[in-house]
Amino acid sequence: MTSGEGGEQARSTADAVARRSYGKLVAFLAARTRDVASVEDALAEAFASALVDWPRNGCPANPEGWLLTAARRKLIDFARRRRTGDSASGQLQLIAEELEAAAAASTANEWRIPDQRLALMFACAHPAIEAGVRAPLILQVLLGLDAVMIASAFLTSPAAMSQRLVRAKDKIHQAGIPFRIPEREELPGRLGTVLDAIYAAFSEGWTDSGGTDIARRDLAEEALFLGQLVTQLLPDEPEALGLLALMLYVEARRPARRDAQGGYVPLAAQDVSLWNSELIETAEMLLLRASPMNAIGRYQLEAALQSAHVARRRKGDANWSSIVQLYDALLALSGSPVVAINRALAVAEVDGARAALDILQSLAEDKRLTEYQPYWAARAELLARNDARDEAHQAYEVAIGLERDPAVRRFLQQRQSALALASSQVLTVTTDREFQAVKAPCSDG
Amino acid sequence: MQYMLLLYVDQNSWAKMPPEEQQKGYGAYMSFLEALKKAGAYQASGRLQPTTTATTVRVSNNKTQVLNGPYTETKEQLGGYFLIEAADLDAAISWAARCPASSHGTVEVRPVWVNPAP
Repeated sequence: MTSGEGGEQARSTADAVARRSYGKLVAFLAARTRDVASVEDALAEAFASALVDWPRNGCPANPEGWLLTAARRKLIDFARRRRTGDSASGQLQLIAEELEAAAAASTANEWRIPDQRLALMFACAHPAIEAGVRAPLILQVLLGLDAVMIASAFLTSPAAMSQRLVRAKDKIHQAGIPFRIPEREELPGRLGTVLDAIYAAFSEGWTDSGGTDIARRDLAEEALFLGQLVTQLLPDEPEALGLLALMLYVEARRPARRDAQGGYVPLAAQDVSLWNSELIETAEMLLLRASPMNAIGRYQLEAALQSAHVARRRKGDANWSSIVQLYDALLALSGSPVVAINRALAVAEVDGARAALDILQSLAEDKRLTEYQPYWAARAELLARNDARDEAHQAYEVAIGLERDPAVRRFLQQRQSALALASSQVLTVTTDREFQAVKAPCSDG
Repeated sequence: MQYMLLLYVDQNSWAKMPPEEQQKGYGAYMSFLEALKKAGAYQASGRLQPTTTATTVRVSNNKTQVLNGPYTETKEQLGGYFLIEAADLDAAISWAARCPASSHGTVEVRPVWVNPAP
């Protein structure tokens, strides 16, 4: 084997472990010291060492265990370097305890790292953590997303986001926020922020469904896994069921989202025979299970919306008036401008494009929306249907400029050039409704 | 970990209470103190005289400035503290919730530095 191949293999093994185990390693290493930032640094260095060591010496039989050991050594280095005296020895004591626990948990050749991810999620979603940073924190700490990616999902600047993340980690460490699943009675109240974060992770993974970006796709899988984990832990929590149902509906349509050339296919133009009916049926069952619990919430409503969309599978058309009603309820609950955009697009199907444009106009005051692609895409689509071609052209221009997914960009460019060519009839295929419904949940609402 | 529970209460409403009410209130604090001690969480505590007795001191340009009154005038005033030992923030929060001051005022929970910052 050439060193090039070895390097390639080492990299792909490291990537695979990173995806599968990153959050598990953070949760396990930080459980005692609660020093998440140091653990992240140590893991980053451990991964860097792996990329040097593995091509040379071959991939270890147990890469996860190798990384855990390497990261632990780095943590001991950090503690020694930082300071001598009581604090350092206290830190070393905690690391030693963690080592013993790891040794107890592992058999001769196999490390079994206990899965403490859920406990870590609840620490990140603790009421003592600033509300707006809880979901981003979970994404960073459990999935290793960088601040830039998180900031774009949460409509905020990368600099501000990374500062807030640092502060939140400091608080977990310094205020002693425990890594623990809350007691039953306080669990439902603490659950909402955890669900928001899972959904945000799923949305990040969903943004590129073409399969070109493996890390993103795994993010959606990871979110589905976390969603399932939560419903196992809390089988009677309707919103947890609603979230899992929502993600499954969306996941079911993954194969239909791109054509053979990798081009973007909007929901209305998707081939329903490509939808995964097994996942859709599981989702319908979850929704049915949640509904008698009589606690409707955002995720059950969004799942119900998806259910109304996939009705097209049997009836040939989505149920637009019930979609508008569901958006009404969702908007009353969240007040989110993103929901309002989607509602406007549904209104267009029932009352026409003019009514929908008026709604969008009323949303334009929200400054965050000026940098939000779906707002401009929706505007462009509605203007085009209203024969306001010049304005539509401009709005498409902004939407294209704001989009980061090349396939969606190409799709928007096609729509834009179609404006010049044809009459507005060509544009009856609605814009990317599904994409918007799923993107960027506003968890601050 | 050590946590400081800082008790912010309206000292005037306490002064306006009839003596038997005050007695009951005082009793509640004594019970809380006892519970802390029994649980091994107690480190120290103190009840502060009203802010009318406060004096503020600041030194700048080698000049000592002494002012009558508290650092800030607030609706609820710092009226006392409990220094406790607790496993984590959740444990400290549940002590804070048991503290009578959290029912008639506000309790701020602050972790104490293990080592002073370098």
